[in-house]
Amino acid sequence: MNTQAFNDRNVNDSYYMVDIEEYPTDGWGRFKRVIKRTFRGELFVGLWVVLREMLKFNIHTIQYPLEKMPIGPRYRAVHEMKRLWESDAERCIGCGLCEKICISNCIKMDTKIDENSRKEVSEYTINLGRCIFCGYCAEVCPELAITHGGEYENGSEQREHYIDYNGMLTPLEMMTQGKQQEFEGFGAITPHEDARMKKTPLAY
Amino acid sequence: MSNNITINIDGKEIQTQEGEFILNAARANDIFIPAICYLTRCSPTLACRICLVDVDGKQAYACNAKSKDGMTISTSTENIEAERRAIMEVYDVNHPLQCGVCDQSGECELQNYTLEMGVDSQSFAVRDVPRDSHDWGHLHYDPGLCIVCERCVTACKDMIGDNSLTTIARGAEALDATYKEEMPKDAYAMWNKLNKSVIGLTNGTDTLDCTSCGECASVCPVGALVDTEFMYKSNAWELSQVPATCGHCSAGCQITYDVKHTSIENPEDKIYRVMNEWNYVSLCGAGRYGFDYHNANVVKDEVAFNKAIEAFKKADTIKFTSTITNEEALILEKLKAKFGYKLVNNEAKAFQTFLGNYATLSGTRLYGSDLKEVANSSFIISLGTALKSDNPNARYAFNNSVTVNKGAGIYFHPVNDPIIDGLHKNVLSIAHKPLQEEAILYLILDLFGDKEALPSDIVDYLASFHSKKTITVTETVKEKVITIVKEMKVNEETGEEEEVEVEKSKMVPKKVSKDVEVDDNALLTMIGAEDNFDETLTKLLKKKETFSLVVGADLYNHPNAKNCARLVALVEKYSKFKLVMIPTLTNTLGVALINDLSSDEGSYSIGYNTKADFTLSALGDGSECDLDMPAINQQEGTLTSINKRVNPTNVAISYGGYVLNDIANALGIDSENTIDYTAQLPTSKGFRKETFDSLPDYYTNAGEEMRGYALKNMGRKASADESVKKINEALSLGENLIYLANPVRQFSDFTAKTTQLDEQSGIYMSEEYLENSEFNAGDSVKVKSENGEITANIVSDNKITGSIVLIPSFDSKLNSEVLFNGYRFANASIEKV
Repeated sequence: MNTQAFNDRNVNDSYYMVDIEEYPTDGWGRFKRVIKRTFRGELFVGLWVVLREMLKFNIHTIQYPLEKMPIGPRYRAVHEMKRLWESDAERCIGCGLCEKICISNCIKMDTKIDENSRKEVSEYTINLGRCIFCGYCAEVCPELAITHGGEYENGSEQREHYIDYNGMLTPLEMMTQGKQQEFEGFGAITPHEDARMKKTPLAY
Repeated sequence: MSNNITINIDGKEIQTQEGEFILNAARANDIFIPAICYLTRCSPTLACRICLVDVDGKQAYACNAKSKDGMTISTSTENIEAERRAIMEVYDVNHPLQCGVCDQSGECELQNYTLEMGVDSQSFAVRDVPRDSHDWGHLHYDPGLCIVCERCVTACKDMIGDNSLTTIARGAEALDATYKEEMPKDAYAMWNKLNKSVIGLTNGTDTLDCTSCGECASVCPVGALVDTEFMYKSNAWELSQVPATCGHCSAGCQITYDVKHTSIENPEDKIYRVMNEWNYVSLCGAGRYGFDYHNANVVKDEVAFNKAIEAFKKADTIKFTSTITNEEALILEKLKAKFGYKLVNNEAKAFQTFLGNYATLSGTRLYGSDLKEVANSSFIISLGTALKSDNPNARYAFNNSVTVNKGAGIYFHPVNDPIIDGLHKNVLSIAHKPLQEEAILYLILDLFGDKEALPSDIVDYLASFHSKKTITVTETVKEKVITIVKEMKVNEETGEEEEVEVEKSKMVPKKVSKDVEVDDNALLTMIGAEDNFDETLTKLLKKKETFSLVVGADLYNHPNAKNCARLVALVEKYSKFKLVMIPTLTNTLGVALINDLSSDEGSYSIGYNTKADFTLSALGDGSECDLDMPAINQQEGTLTSINKRVNPTNVAISYGGYVLNDIANALGIDSENTIDYTAQLPTSKGFRKETFDSLPDYYTNAGEEMRGYALKNMGRKASADESVKKINEALSLGENLIYLANPVRQFSDFTAKTTQLDEQSGIYMSEEYLENSEFNAGDSVKVKSENGEITANIVSDNKITGSIVLIPSFDSKLNSEVLFNGYRFANASIEKV
C-alpha cells in the first residue's frame, strides 16, 4: 500500500487561517456585540429557512423509526457471532480472549470438553448494559467470530426481546442464502495481509 | 563439605559452591539463562540444549556443567544466539497453531521462548507423522503439542519415583540430510533426538497405573500433558491464585488454589485446580486433586450455635482430630485452661508421648532433621512407616536421594510395597515381622553406632547378638591349567609337516568350597533379613557420607513405644544418622506442641471433626454434625509441618457459618479473628511471636523456602539415664495380619469427600493374596480381631504385595479403628458374609 500520504507531515501547504473577527476584550466591546446581535434579526433568518424548506415539500429528514439509514460497515453496534462458510459451524473456539480484553468486564463464558474432546463454549454472555462498544473483542478475536453488527436499537419493553448467544449467531437460513456479512471494522483482515506473511516451509 | 567459590557470569562476580550447576548458580543470583528441560532438584536431561553458555571459551550446557573456582561464563555469544534461535525454530516445526484452545492458555514456555528468541520465520521442515492424543485416565496426553523435553519423565523418575513415563519411538522419517551441514550443531543434534521420540507409558498399555500425583502435568511446559478433569474448564489468566498450605498430610506442601467463579449463573468461587512451585516442592495426588473438601452452603444457624454453647457449658471433654490449624489448637487449649476440659486426641497423644520420651534422652524437643536434608543425604533408612501413603513427600525425598544423589536406602516394613521396590535398584526392602522395630533399631545401633561413645551396657548387649559360625563358601577361582597338545607344524628346515608337542596354558574357572569363619548376627535372623544382607549393605554403603533415618507411626503406637523412642534418640545421638519423624496427620506436630492432651474421656464430650455427644464438623453434608465448621481450605491460619515449619494458609473458598473462635468469644475468650492467636502460639515450644499477616509465603530463586517460619528446636535437659530395655522376644503377632494404612491419595474423611480422589473404600488385599484365597474383589467380608469387628468390601490393590491386609482409616464410616489396639498391626480373621 502507498503510505506516502500518511508520511507527509508538512501541514503548512494545505492549511490556511480563517478570517475571524477579533473577540471583544472589555465591557464596552461586549455590550456593543450584544446590541449588534440583538437587532440584526438573525432569528427571522432562521425562521425563514424553516418556512422555506417546509413549503418546498422536499424533506431530507429520515422518518425514524419508519425509515432507517444504512449503517456503515465499520459501525460498532450490538455484537454478532459469525459462522464458518465451509461448515456453518460456529467460528468461536472458546479461547476467551474477548473475555480477557474486555475493558468493561461485560463478556463471560463457560467452556467445557465436548464429546469429541474439543473445547466447547457451553455458555456465553455479553452484558450490553455495561458494554461500551469499544470493539476490542472483535479486534482480538483470532477467528473473526465475534464482530460488531449494525443493530443499534437496544431498547425494549420485554426481557425476551433481548438477544442471547443464539440470537447473536448468524441464522442458518442466512448461511444457506450466503448472506452472512463479513465485518470490515477492527480485527478484519486487511487486504495486503498475504504480502506481509512469510511462508512456513512444508515437507509434503 | 562444599567449598565457597567465586565465578563470573556476564561480568558479575557470584558466590556459589564448588560443583553447583552453573544454571542453578545463575538462577540463585537472578541471572537469566534460558532452559526448558531442566528441573531443579532433578538430574539434567539435556534434551533442549538451549541453556548453552560459554565457559572460558568453550561451549557447555549450564544445566550440567559444574562450577569451578574462577570460571568466566558468558551467557550469550553470536554462535549461542544462533543455536538458540535454531532450537526454538525446531520446536515450532509442525507444532499446531491451536494456542486458542490449548489448555496451557499462555502459560506456555514454547510461546515464551519463541518470542524471547525472536523467531519470526521458519527455516526447517520435516514430514509429520500421525500423533493422536491419548486419554491416560486422570491425564490427557496430546503428542501433537509435545516438545519431548522429557520434564514429565524426569519428574516421575527423579522426584516421584513411579517411573511410569518414558520416551517411545515416534516412527518419523529421518531428517533431511542437508540439515546436518547447514544447521547449527546442537540444534541439529537436539532435533535428531526429538524427531525420534514421543512420551509413552512404561507399562505398555494406554492407561496410567501409578500413584496419580499429576506432577508430570504440572511440570509440562506446553499443553501436551493436562489433567483430564481440568481440561477446557478455564483459561489460566482467569484464575486467581490463593497461596495456601495443603491440609491433607503432615508434609505441609506449598500450594496455590486456583479460584474462579463457578459459572455464569453462579458467581460463588470455586477451586478449579491446585498448582505448586514444582521446582521446589512436589505434590501427591491428594494435594493436587483433593481440593473440593470445603464445607459448602453453610449459613449462620443461630439455633445450632446456641445449642453448641449449651453443650460446651455441659461438656467436660473435647475430642478432636489433628486436621485443625495451630490457632484452633490454641483456642482449644485456652478453653481447657478456662473450663478444665479434657482434650482427647489419641493419635496426637501417641506422637506427643513419643516425642516426650525421645526428648528426655536426646535433649531436644524435636527431631533434628527435615525432608530437605533427607533428600540431600546419601543413605536413608525408613522404619515403621508405610512411606508411600503416610507421607508421600517423605517418599519423594527418599527417591530423590537414591536417584539424583546417588544414594541408597533400606525400607524396613512388614508390608511389601512394589512402589518402594520400584524406586531404584539401590533400595533394599526388608519385610520384617511386626513388632520387630526394636530389633531393627538395635541393628542400626549395631551397624552404625559409635561403639566407643555408646553406653557400655548397650555395647555389651549388642555384642551378645554376635557369634562366630563356620559356613561353607563356594568360590570361583581361576586356575592356570597347562595342557600338552599335539599340533601339526611345518618344519622350517625340512619343509615337511610333522607332529609337535606344544604346551598351552589356559585360565579355567573352578569352583572351590571353603570353610570360612564368619560373624553371625542374631539380630539379622530376628528381623528376617536375607543371608547376603552384609554383602548387599556393603555395596549400598559405598561412598555414602550423609545418613538419614525416617521413622513413622508404627513406632508411636508400638506396645514398647517408650523404648522405641529412646532407641531412636540413641541412634540420633550416637550415629551419623539424622532423624525425621513423620507426624501422623496434618497438624499432629502442632497439636502435640500446643495442646496438653488427656487419654481418657469424660462423661459428656464435644467432638471436633470426630463423632461425639455434640459434634462440630467441617465435613458438611452426609456427616453427623450438630454445628458446621470451616474446612482447612476455608480458613486462614497456620499449620505445622514435618519440616518443623509453621506454614500460613489462606481462605480459598468463602464460608458463611460459625467458626471455633465465635464459640470461644461466646464463652468469654475474646478475640476478633482466629489469626489473632498466631502471635500467641507458645514460644516455649519453639513458636515465634509473629503475627499472621507478617508471615512470608514464597520460595527464593535459590530455592530457599520462605514460608512462615521454622520452629526453634528448644533444648531440654537430657537425663543422664540412657538405659534402654532389651528386646522382648516374646512379643509377636501370628499369621493373618491386618495393618491400619490408607491407600495413596487418601488420608482422612476430607480426602474421602473430594470428587476426584475416587479410591474405593474397603479392605485392601494384594492381587497375590486374592489369587491364593477364596476371596474375590468386591466380596463383602467380616473382619474380626480381638478388639472388634467390621464389615467391608474387598478391594484389590496392586500397590501392595504379600499377605497382610490393609485396613484404611480415611473412611470413618468403616470404623476401622475398632479393630486395633493402638499398634497398627493386629491379628484378624476374615470371613465372607
